[in-house]
Amino acid sequence: MKIIVCIKQVPETTEVKINPETNTLIREGVASIINPFDMYAIEEAVRLKERYSAHTFVITMGPPQAEDALREALSIGIDEAIHISDKAFAGSDTWVTSLVLAKAIERVGDYDLIICGKQASDGDTAQVGPGIATHLNLPQATYVRKISSIDEKNKIMRVERLLEDGYEILELFLPALITVVKEINEPRLPSLRGKLRAKKQSIPIWMHTDLGLREEEVGLSGSPTQVVRIFTPPSRPKGEIFEGDPEECVNSLVEKLRIHIL
Amino acid sequence: MKDRGIRVIKEKCVGCGLCMKVCPFSAIVLENNLAVIDLSKCTLCGACKEACKFDAIEIFKPQVVDTTSIGEHKGVWVFVEEEDGKIAGVSFELLGKAKELAKDLDSEVVAVYLGYNLKEKYSQLFRKGADKVIFVDKPQLKVFISENYANIISSLIQKYKPEIFLAGATTKGRSLVSRIAVKIRTGLTADCTGLEIDKEKRLLIQTRPAFGGNIMAQIITPNHRPQMATVRHKVMKELEGTFSSVGEVIEENLDGEFIDRRVKFIDFIKEEGYKVNLADADVIVSGGRGLGAPDNFKLIRELAEVLGAAVGASRAAVDSGWIPYSHQVGQTGRTVSPKIYIACGISGQIQHLVGMQSSKIIVAINKDPEAPIFKVANYGIVGDLFKVVPLLTQRFKEIIKR
Repeated sequence: MKIIVCIKQVPETTEVKINPETNTLIREGVASIINPFDMYAIEEAVRLKERYSAHTFVITMGPPQAEDALREALSIGIDEAIHISDKAFAGSDTWVTSLVLAKAIERVGDYDLIICGKQASDGDTAQVGPGIATHLNLPQATYVRKISSIDEKNKIMRVERLLEDGYEILELFLPALITVVKEINEPRLPSLRGKLRAKKQSIPIWMHTDLGLREEEVGLSGSPTQVVRIFTPPSRPKGEIFEGDPEECVNSLVEKLRIHIL
Repeated sequence: MKDRGIRVIKEKCVGCGLCMKVCPFSAIVLENNLAVIDLSKCTLCGACKEACKFDAIEIFKPQVVDTTSIGEHKGVWVFVEEEDGKIAGVSFELLGKAKELAKDLDSEVVAVYLGYNLKEKYSQLFRKGADKVIFVDKPQLKVFISENYANIISSLIQKYKPEIFLAGATTKGRSLVSRIAVKIRTGLTADCTGLEIDKEKRLLIQTRPAFGGNIMAQIITPNHRPQMATVRHKVMKELEGTFSSVGEVIEENLDGEFIDRRVKFIDFIKEEGYKVNLADADVIVSGGRGLGAPDNFKLIRELAEVLGAAVGASRAAVDSGWIPYSHQVGQTGRTVSPKIYIACGISGQIQHLVGMQSSKIIVAINKDPEAPIFKVANYGIVGDLFKVVPLLTQRFKEIIKR
């Protein structure tokens, strides 16, 4: 079995703060991390590798520093990494990003399962996973909270999907794509041996030409959507905070809320 | 290629460094008092251009592609989603918004409804703003499977050529429209909080939060149709039922195979014990680490019960095993935007805030006056939640009964 995990390097949003004076984003010295949901995707691939002796790949599309994210995935136990990096990709929206990732997956070839995180913490779109599945004409299961079974012989996988009001059980024929939520597992920490191995491993860099894509098909020019303006939302007005006798506090709060609740 | 998409106009740049500060990708540095953009990091998001007080940053828009067929596209479509066999609230809200957009475009609102035994249900769609209903009624569509729905809707879009297509930003909606947008090659913007028409250009201006709501972006789909967007439940307003309950109805009997045999629905298991789910709730009461023990979640549940609210939780409470993951609000859980969000014993780490800070009214109850949750709260009580929450439950019970 061959499993491919798609990940994204994102800013560690814990440190994204708004400068109250200029109302702008303070991003100095913000570290980059693997998108939190992708950590579950990596862990799930490594677990499947241990259970089914699968061969695992990790792919990311991103600037040169995204290599750190790939090395981290290798240190956790993924076998091989591929870095899609090219200035031509700047400004790619979810349509183009899913196309580029799909082309890379096709180039790896002969895959059984693709795993993505539910969404990235910086863009929050949840569009790239299903987008890849569609470009590759694969069935999909989004918001997967459990892989119940994989029948390797008949290529059937059973999963549980987390919905708003419960969960759904689906069966998919492989190859297929899933996106995963936090409930699916608890990611492990990389081992020392894993870290050493990851450090030494060579990671190929694929550019648009390696994927058979023309420059105008990718990046800003290939993207159907365009960002025309970016701004900071109006900051919330300063709140009214009650302190002191609990009963009085509660009465004051209830007075404030009653028009909104009744 | 020398200039790829973006450049700093050296004559105008004064080296103030503002662009460097706003860049979400740390792609700008100052060299010799001039802004220099690292193109390997830049995503052409435009934050620097917006921030620059001297118009010193230029972004080149891509070449316009063939747009001759854009004018053929007419109508604002809304995907009608079902929930528990009924039309979901978010679909009615979208019809309300679609009515507004269609008015600005001098166009019509079309509800697209797939499923089984729909005939008794679709008249509601006219009352909520639809001018026309296109429906596909087949037993194979009783259960929502994104592949099947995407196949059918893509072919309907190709046949009727709508200008705008809206769907709820639900688990169903997101999984569905991402497939459609790729299939028919058009732009899709997730989780819009604002939708309006630029009348002059007949463009849909889509506003959405990014970076957990720390920045807002306005996005357009200039050269492809339909312009597709998803919107969360409760963001738009449902129209009051002032419209007629009749309108044009088109039943589509599709020829050909639209069922993807590679996906099979086995079962749906409803979560028991909670009457209101987070996505649909007008009010959410959430508990965090301050509760101290799993049993204390009953305080939260009691207050929620009185208010008809859903129960949420911080990551700390979920990771401690006090409540299932499906209740987690925040970066690795769900994003919610209810009318009122009441956070009890939640300190308000940024990972939690990004999941709830677009709520209309935020109420914080915490014993630590320095807790960051108070910074985003409209109202707060500094105090012991074990005293405050039961009092609150009691007071609301009295008021609501009256």
